[in-house]
Amino acid sequence: MIPGSDLLLAGIFGVIVALTVGGALVAVLATRIIRGVCGLALCALGLAGLYYFLHSPFLALMEILIYVGAVCVTIIFGVMLTEPDEPAPAGSRGREVLWGGIALLIAAVIFGGVARLSLTARWPAAPAAPADGSIEAIGVSLLTTYSLPFELISLVLLVAILGALVIARAGRGKG
Amino acid sequence: MNALHLYDRPAVYLVLAAFLLAAGIYGLLRRRTFIGMLISGELIFSAAALNVLTLNRFVAPDPAAGQIFVLFIIGLAAAEVAITLSIIIAVYRNYRSIHSKELAELKG
Repeated sequence: MIPGSDLLLAGIFGVIVALTVGGALVAVLATRIIRGVCGLALCALGLAGLYYFLHSPFLALMEILIYVGAVCVTIIFGVMLTEPDEPAPAGSRGREVLWGGIALLIAAVIFGGVARLSLTARWPAAPAAPADGSIEAIGVSLLTTYSLPFELISLVLLVAILGALVIARAGRGKG
Repeated sequence: MNALHLYDRPAVYLVLAAFLLAAGIYGLLRRRTFIGMLISGELIFSAAALNVLTLNRFVAPDPAAGQIFVLFIIGLAAAEVAITLSIIIAVYRNYRSIHSKELAELKG
């Protein structure tokens, strides 16, 4: 192992974690929706890095391809076709702060609860020799063990595309 | 285990997934437009995927199962985005607005 590679790896991991957290915060807190979409794209990039650290390079590629390439672009199309910016708060300022505090409290309780659960839980020991999660293994399992779910998900995607087309076309007049 | 090997500990990933879940729920509660709520929902999907993949890497014996599960989660999220956006566009065409407060009336 190259000396200093530990430090480099830890630095890259820190950058990726910061990217994920920062992207999620931007996605949730930005007032302009288009910035929120950019935050979602940053968060997806960070998640792809995390997947890579979890020994799943194929999923990292898929995450970038689908989330940054497809989902974010589709949402940007939606932003262009509608007027999605946050409206000015209608109620008084005190009520806004109150509801914001309540939402923050709920989110904090969920975060605290789940984080405490995952920090204190006793996970079973890791398997002795982790098998390879290579693309070959994924492909073989997709075509043998998981062939039925694989077909089902392609059916779901087909129905989703057709349904989206039908719904988006329905209200469109001739003119 | 020193601080340099944080990436080898499942707790880091699990806490990160909990943070994504909490951020998504906060966004769902606070956003007043449908597209903002859709983005927050995507964050919740990502939290679930990260959780599954972490437990698959550190606990489960078969590494391919979790990856395929996450692949399905990503595919379902993509289908959900397509349908939701088409509904949003249909709603915008009828109401000229996608603010959740103005769409509170029901018919029938």
